Amino acid sequence: MADQTDETKGILKRISETPVWESVFRTGIPRNRRQRMMVILNNVFLHLHPVRLPKHGIKLKYTWCMGGLSFFIFLALTVTGILLMFYYRPTVEYAYGDIIDLKEQVPLGIMREIHRWGAHLMVIAVWLHMFRVFMTGAYKSPREFNWMVGVVLLVLTMLLSFTGYLLPWDQLAIWAITVGSNMAGATPLVGTSGPGSSLLAIGDVNFVTPSSDARFALIGGRFIGEAALLRFYVLHCIGLPFVIMIFMIVHFWRVRKDGGISSPL
Amino acid sequence: MESIKHFINIISAPYVMFPLILAVFFFIFPPTDRLLAIHKKLRLYKLWTNGGGIALFSSLIIIFAFGLTDSNFRRIVTKPDNVPIAGLIFLVVFFLWWSMKQAWENDERMAQGQGPREAEDAKEKVLVWPDLVYIELIALILCTVLLIVWSIFLKAPLEEPANPTVSPNPSKAPWYFLGLQEMLVYFDPWIAGVLFPTVIIIGMMAIPFLDTNEKGCGYYSFRERKMAVSIFMFFWLVLWVFLILVGTFLRGPNWNFFGPFEPWDISKLEALTNVNLSEIIYMIWLKQRLPQNIFLREIWGFLLIFFYFGAAPLLLAKTFLKNLYARLGSLRYSLFTFLLLMAVSLPIKMILRWVFNIKYIVAIPEFFFNI
Repeated sequence: MADQTDETKGILKRISETPVWESVFRTGIPRNRRQRMMVILNNVFLHLHPVRLPKHGIKLKYTWCMGGLSFFIFLALTVTGILLMFYYRPTVEYAYGDIIDLKEQVPLGIMREIHRWGAHLMVIAVWLHMFRVFMTGAYKSPREFNWMVGVVLLVLTMLLSFTGYLLPWDQLAIWAITVGSNMAGATPLVGTSGPGSSLLAIGDVNFVTPSSDARFALIGGRFIGEAALLRFYVLHCIGLPFVIMIFMIVHFWRVRKDGGISSPL
Repeated sequence: MESIKHFINIISAPYVMFPLILAVFFFIFPPTDRLLAIHKKLRLYKLWTNGGGIALFSSLIIIFAFGLTDSNFRRIVTKPDNVPIAGLIFLVVFFLWWSMKQAWENDERMAQGQGPREAEDAKEKVLVWPDLVYIELIALILCTVLLIVWSIFLKAPLEEPANPTVSPNPSKAPWYFLGLQEMLVYFDPWIAGVLFPTVIIIGMMAIPFLDTNEKGCGYYSFRERKMAVSIFMFFWLVLWVFLILVGTFLRGPNWNFFGPFEPWDISKLEALTNVNLSEIIYMIWLKQRLPQNIFLREIWGFLLIFFYFGAAPLLLAKTFLKNLYARLGSLRYSLFTFLLLMAVSLPIKMILRWVFNIKYIVAIPEFFFNI
């Protein structure tokens, strides 16, 4: 290599020796063992991994790759979601029309499809990840806490999907959310149609009414309308992604801190 | 042909299918040694071999291929939002088979005094770059390809614009909540929609603390932890996936049951003959009118609930579950039995409904308090 003159070097080789390249990729092309370890340590994204793993931990038949795919689908949903936000206005007046526009005005547009099918796929991937973790006993000590974080992530995944369900503002959307949010009205004590709601009263004044109960807090009104659409939009695009990312950080961190991939003793 | 369809319609009714599943489930996933012996005698473990996998999958494919020749089946299964759920069936069966196959292989190895296969692999350490990174790269490329192809060939559905005055029949929640909606048939919303989800979340979080068995961590296995796996499979496959499938494919207008080959007839009538426990006791058995006093009227239901959640765990701790109680200690045991009784109350209520037409065990509609 050393005796190569500048003329015989390939263009890639020359680029990889520029100061700019070297300032970005500190390790160089990982050819030997030391460089292969350094490339993981020096890259913030690859650094989610350990440097070395027991061999069963990279086998597809052990991990099914479902945890990683759940995260990847989440990223794909974030990207397509951001693109969709450019064209979508969360008001009763515009929401449905904007979806129609996406459908009819964008040649070969598949962003909404990727977002919708990706959402279904993410729920399934998270379930299968949970199933794998159970079947390998990976929730056992010392990983109890991370299993609990995982349960929270599962619930948040379904809530993300649920809040997104309303946004197209079609018949399927509002009635699915009506069915779902009616349950909140049945919460004991704080839902109008829940047991014990009449107990929270002074004399004839009821504190739990259709305009002040748990369902009202969820959808911002007595029926699925403008306020519910805005609430679900904010939760779907900002609120829940923010929360789920915090839990994901904890989840990934704890995978490493609790000893990496589960192994037989 | 028609008679096969008719037969499938009949056995897929929840009150036929569910008891059938209950009857075979604990032989397929035996929680105790005695059931495991029967399981072996019946050679059910053959399911978890390559031959068993081929048989499972080809029967699934045959059912689907046969079903798709029928217009009613086709209409419901190929509805764009139901496609992922049809896919879910194949994925769940495949991964169930794959995990149980590895579990049985490991069980056999350990029966011969060897360690699980994972322990052998784990002796060797590999570098993440490139051994893991390229697997991840391939996985995410395949996943991207799948999503793009799926998105090109299947357009996201969009129905009529939202209209709060016209409610579709049936109105269904998103598919992953259909298990909860299916429970609404048997319980009031405050139980099916609020209490059960809360208990499910708490129960799932409690798993690592209730399962004190230290074996079976880091490798697939069944025999070392058959009770835990059996219970989990029951919740995950029967009370979760199966109820979602019922809610998605077999519930039509007015949430009536429709077989997979039955047209969704909006005027199908189901007789509402359900009665409350208090009505059975006072009006049918004692041949008198319901007492005016609410508490007196519902005392029997309350006693039953009290016995179920209060006395039954104590009795079980002294008898059938003596060993379990000794192993878990009183706090863990109480939590475990509470969660288990809570979960089992669903199949119990189903059977009470189908056999005795029981609507509520405790019925106080005055306070929306019905169980």
